[in-house]
This record gives sequence, C-alpha cells and structure tokens, in this order.
Amino acid sequence: MEANVAVHSEKKETWNGGSVKPFGASYGKMMMWFFIVSDALTFSGFLAAYGLTRFKFIDSWPIADEVFTHVPFIHGNYPMYYVAFMTFILIFSSVTMVLAVDAGHQMKKKKVAWYMLATIIGGLIFVGSQAWEWNTFIKGSYGAVKTTEGKILQFVKDGHQIAIADFVHGAREDHRVQHTKENGLWFESEGTVATYSIDQIVKAYNADPSVQIRTEFINLETKKKTILSREAGATELAKTKLVVEGANLEVNEYGNTIFADFFFFITGFHGFHVFSGIVINIIIFFNVIVGTYERRGHYEMVEKVGLYWHFVDLVWVFVFTFFYLV
Amino acid sequence: MAAHAHESNVKRIWMVFGILSLITIVEVAFGIVKPDALHLSNFLGTSWLNWIFIILTLAKAYGITWTFMHMEGEKKWFRRAVVWTAVFLIVYLVTLLLIEGDYLHETLAPLVRW
Repeated sequence: MEANVAVHSEKKETWNGGSVKPFGASYGKMMMWFFIVSDALTFSGFLAAYGLTRFKFIDSWPIADEVFTHVPFIHGNYPMYYVAFMTFILIFSSVTMVLAVDAGHQMKKKKVAWYMLATIIGGLIFVGSQAWEWNTFIKGSYGAVKTTEGKILQFVKDGHQIAIADFVHGAREDHRVQHTKENGLWFESEGTVATYSIDQIVKAYNADPSVQIRTEFINLETKKKTILSREAGATELAKTKLVVEGANLEVNEYGNTIFADFFFFITGFHGFHVFSGIVINIIIFFNVIVGTYERRGHYEMVEKVGLYWHFVDLVWVFVFTFFYLV
Repeated sequence: MAAHAHESNVKRIWMVFGILSLITIVEVAFGIVKPDALHLSNFLGTSWLNWIFIILTLAKAYGITWTFMHMEGEKKWFRRAVVWTAVFLIVYLVTLLLIEGDYLHETLAPLVRW
C-alpha cells in the first residue's frame, strides 16, 4: 500500500508526486493519461449525440460527399480529397512528435527542437485548413430555398446540383435594401439579404424546363436524394419562405440545420484542441531551445505534450470517419 | 526513468506511419468509389461499407495509441485502467444513444410528409 501513503518530503518535488510512482508511471504522465480518458469521453459524448441525431433523421441527413467537395485553388467537384489531406497532415505531425520524443530519450537536443518545430508547422497547416473548410461551408456553394414546412429544396440539372445563379439571371429585381442600424430602426438588425428574391427564383424555375428540384428525402434503396418532377417541384417551390445561401447555426443550405450545428460544434471543439496543442507545443519548443530539459536531465515533458498531441490526432481519426466517411 | 532501455524506434515509427497512411488511402478510396455491393447492403443497422470504415478507424486508433502514445510500454494494469475504462463507457453510451436515435426515427418519421 505504499502508493497510498503520503511520503514526507521537504523537497520541491512534492507537487509532482515526489518519488512515488504507482504503475511505474510518473505523476505527470499518469495525470495526462487520465485527462485524456476524460477528454475522450467528452468527444464521445458529442459524437454519440451526432449519431443519435443522424439516426433520428436517417431519411434526410445530408450526404457528406455532396457537402464537402472543395479543394483550395481548384474548381470542380472533389469530394473527400481535402479532408484526406488534412488527416494525412495530422498523422504526419504525430510522427514528427513521436520522433521528437524518441530523440529526447537519446538526449539529442537539436533533433528534438527540429522535430518539435515540424510538429508545430503541421498543426498550423491543419488549423489553417480547418479555417478554410469552415469558410467554404459558411459561404456555401449552391444556395437553396427553405419552405414554410422547414424543408430545404435544392436545384438540379441532369441529376447534378446547380447553383441558384446558374439558372437565375441578372441582379436582384425587387431592389430590396439591406437593413442597417444607420438607416432604420437602431435596435433592429438583419442578416445578409439573399442575392435573389423568392419571386425571381420561382419565375426562373418556371421559365427553364431543364431545372428540377431535389428534396432532402433519401431513397433508402439507392441512398440518393429524391428529385421531384417539374410539377411536384413547382408545388413545393411555391411554399418557399426563405432563400438560403451557405450555412450558419440557424439555416443550412445543405439540409438539416442541426447538421451544421454539429459540424461547427465538433470540428470547432477539435480545432480548439489543436490550437491549444500548438500553443503548448510552442512553449515546450522554447523550453527545449533554452535547455530546460537538458538541465533537468530528461525530456519527459516532451513525452507528456506528445501524448496530448497524439490524442488530438486520435480524435480527428474518429471525427473524419463519422463526419466525412460514414 | 523507466527501467527499459531507450533504444531508438525510428524504423518502427515510420513503418506504423506507412500503415496508417495506407489505411487512410484505402478509406478515402472506398469513400469516393462507394461500391454499390457494399454501400447498398445492410448489416446490423448500417451498410457493410460503414462497418469497414469503423473497423479501419479502430485499427488506426490502435496504431496511434499503442505505438505513438507508447501504450504498449506501460504497465499492464495502468494500460487497462485507461483503455478498459474508456472503451466500456464509450461502448455503453454509444449503444444507448444509437438505439434511442432509431426509436426517435420510428416515432417521428411517420409524422413527416415528404
């Protein structure tokens, strides 16, 4: 029972458990592992809630391939490639991290510093990519309309989704002016006014027989969204109450609003972990450079921050699967 | 420090990295192609394709935890204190929530007119 007995010590090492090492792990390392367990449970809570909601709306959930189709600097439809790249970056930064730990075991200060730097750069690329993903998601790519029943209607041509601007021509016709605090009621504000008015979209739909309407409803046989006939589409379109461009916490052109909510919440929470991981990595990086661990005689701190960094990678592996693949 | 010798594991690290990358590439390839035979099938509540994704993900998680986080080098009961606790609680939570999600669908979906 030695592990349970407080060992009297006048030394400063008491705060980190002193010489007592249950399970042969140092106090710091063990606590890092226990923190990781609790953090893993938090993330599982989010992902499990996502799973519940997805099963609840199993017949209308957005199809990830149709939502995340963009690659920076390249136009066109490339599902998955960019997130795959992000996953690869994060795994690679995990490798440089573990190489830093490995070099630390051999007390090679220079090597540790370089590998830590590589890890930090990998993390920055990842967070930057995620910011880009968010930006693309918030701006949206096609635009849709929302009906009075709260359903999202998208537009397709030859079975492929098209943007509203692809079949509605010209500028907005009703000269609707964006309400601002300066030119109206100072206590009222308004979201961005859509590029086109509802009337304009309905008119353009009726004028172009090649445009069809796609609902959120998934055909469980083919696992594709339902495309309505011209007549049924016109009936649905007549119920439009809102033109949706992009996604936020209230509306979402890709389908269920709660899909966007979960996207922001889960990837945001993970992104925040990556961000704090980078900050901690930078602190440790400078400690390595000034020789703190050289003087301490071991590089265990690098190992501990490494555990956290790998955990962030581990979480991303699951987010990637459940948000983008499944 | 720990009793075991700290020989360099660089070769092993790169090998695990290769395996993890390969798994990711396979996942992405499946995700893009989505073969109908796997995608449109059904097994225990979801498609075979999704089961493949989940199994490959767990394999990746194992690789990261055991090699990168060096779980294989920890004492047996420390390892179990961490892994068994997390796995048990997560499986428990996910099972209950997915069953409830399915129930919500069965109850609410008939009320939605498409």
